[in-house]
Amino acid sequence: MSGPSTYIPRTGIEKWVDERLPIIRMGSDFMTYPSPRNLNYWYAFGGILTLCLMTQIITGIIIAMHYTPTIDGAFDSLQRFKRDVNFGWLIQPMHAVGASMFFLAVYIHMFRGLYYGSYKAPRELIWILGCVIYLLMMATAFLGYTLPWGQMSFWGATVITGFFGAVPVVGESLQQWLLGGYSVSNATLQRFFSLHYLLPFVIAAIVGLHVWALHHAGQNNPIGISVKTKKDTLSFHPYYTVKDAFAIGIFLLIFCFFLFFQPDALGHADNYIKADPLVTPAHIVPEWYFLPFYAILRAVESKLMGLLLMVGAIAVLFVLPWLDFSKVRSMRFRPVTRLFFIVFVVMCFILGWCGAETPDNMVFTVGYKPVVTDLAAYLELTGGTLPSIGTDREIAAATAELTKAAEETCNLDGSKSLTEYCEAKPLGLNFLWLTRLATAYYFAYFLFILPAMSLIETPKKRPDSITESVLGHNTNAALAPAE
Amino acid sequence: MSEVIDDKISNDDLHGEDPSRRDFIYIATGAVAAAGAAGIGWMAIHQMGPAADTLAVGSIEIDLSKVDEGQQLKVLWRGKPVFVRHRTPKEIAAAEAVDVATLRDPQTDEERLRPNMDNKLDPKYLVMVGVCTHFGCIPVGEAGEYDGWYCPCHASHYDTSGRIRKGPAPKNLEVPEYAYLNPTRIKVG
Repeated sequence: MSGPSTYIPRTGIEKWVDERLPIIRMGSDFMTYPSPRNLNYWYAFGGILTLCLMTQIITGIIIAMHYTPTIDGAFDSLQRFKRDVNFGWLIQPMHAVGASMFFLAVYIHMFRGLYYGSYKAPRELIWILGCVIYLLMMATAFLGYTLPWGQMSFWGATVITGFFGAVPVVGESLQQWLLGGYSVSNATLQRFFSLHYLLPFVIAAIVGLHVWALHHAGQNNPIGISVKTKKDTLSFHPYYTVKDAFAIGIFLLIFCFFLFFQPDALGHADNYIKADPLVTPAHIVPEWYFLPFYAILRAVESKLMGLLLMVGAIAVLFVLPWLDFSKVRSMRFRPVTRLFFIVFVVMCFILGWCGAETPDNMVFTVGYKPVVTDLAAYLELTGGTLPSIGTDREIAAATAELTKAAEETCNLDGSKSLTEYCEAKPLGLNFLWLTRLATAYYFAYFLFILPAMSLIETPKKRPDSITESVLGHNTNAALAPAE
Repeated sequence: MSEVIDDKISNDDLHGEDPSRRDFIYIATGAVAAAGAAGIGWMAIHQMGPAADTLAVGSIEIDLSKVDEGQQLKVLWRGKPVFVRHRTPKEIAAAEAVDVATLRDPQTDEERLRPNMDNKLDPKYLVMVGVCTHFGCIPVGEAGEYDGWYCPCHASHYDTSGRIRKGPAPKNLEVPEYAYLNPTRIKVG
């Protein structure tokens, strides 16, 4: 892949194979790939994600052996799998919890890339391929969530395919084409099953390209300085295989906690109710990993604009290598941008929080304002009548005056209204405005802050080499890696 | 030596050195392949559209006499619910009092009704597809700020005529194609 091959075939069989198909050479070079010697634990998520993908594919193939992809059979076949099939109780949550863990790992992996500038030259294609994988993961997760055919499955599919209905002109036909009918139906479930089975293999193929590009351009590292000499590197095995293995162990502990103690904590109870096209659950929310984008979707009161914002939130990641054109990769040497980055991470969490809440709910309340909800009741009590003579404007003005008079008689006791024609309207910040604030920051970070910081920020002095950063200036006295 | 040269000439003749002739073969081959790919592609895409039996589900008949005042009937039609609401006089008055100019999707209450057997509009019965025009959830009846319908998914408020008043939905609740068969029976679709 990169650099001269270090593989020496020892046995006759190895030599024979190497001359015909150098596959052992490929594996050997992969394992001894020279990696920067300063990689920290944030760099373990590539290995963790490989494990996640394998877990999903293996458990998925098993579940498909017991699953019936029809609207009459899906829900029952999955419940049977969990209750009656040997180890079904373990394999199904492994797949469902595994999806959440996959997203947890991919988000950390992406934030890692954002922090250390792993998307910058010469690694733009690694980043873009990563974004493609992320998009495919979202598609796969959505398709898979439909398959249990519970209430959330059905309504999630209805809402998400509804997005396509927002496309101007062709929206409705596009939506019907996707669904294979007028609404989410048996045709929809069957194609979703087919595609859910297909996409993980497409992901695996693109992961191959992602790793190929990584081994061609070389790994980034926490200080973002390119590898200059062999001294800056360590062999992938055993140094990073062991480091990754330890990180995987910790990750599996978290995985197992959910798997064995909280298998349903990351899902929704409504999905244990079989899909019913006549009843929408009272509170539809997607899985936690989609919440930030779901919040962005609801940030504006326009269906098309909300959709465009949500698509834009992902699209902006693809062009990030050209929005942040600072030559300094790692945020460690960009003190101001680093602060903006930390705020960005906080905003992403806030968006997730907003996505789980109802937009009209209050984040915090500073007080209450009386609002007249039933003017007629007030007039009945006071013996007044609505104005009816005069121009429209005069009537409106008189009505407003009456409303104001009524408002003054409203009796509030804290958050409670004691007068029946009044309502206590909370004053403060609601989730809609918090969503708008966080959405604005999300886009500003990519579209304004990063380009501006690339131009104006003076970075801190960087060490001359990776080795120097690890061992200090006196590199001659340095400990040589035990090779 | 001369033999080799002769060979070369005959070889060139055989493959046709004339550039326009070769271009034609390339383009013709490419065109046939592209047409074939387009045909197969269309087949692969079109199979995903609604199938003939799905398109043929057609229509349903609804008996209005079963719906009492203040009640709502929910009937499944083409996989979606149809709301048949027998509105109270208060609801009708509220629907008619709205200034149409202030609406996002301006429609009078009358425009949302269909003529009955006597070719008159009966404001009592409101027939709509019960699917929120935002992202397709089913709104809850007698709820929301306008006491019409309220969509729990993204907080769209509809009034007693099913018109969008507040929230993200762009359009009023759709009125399906329907006609009166007799004074108490309608056919939807």
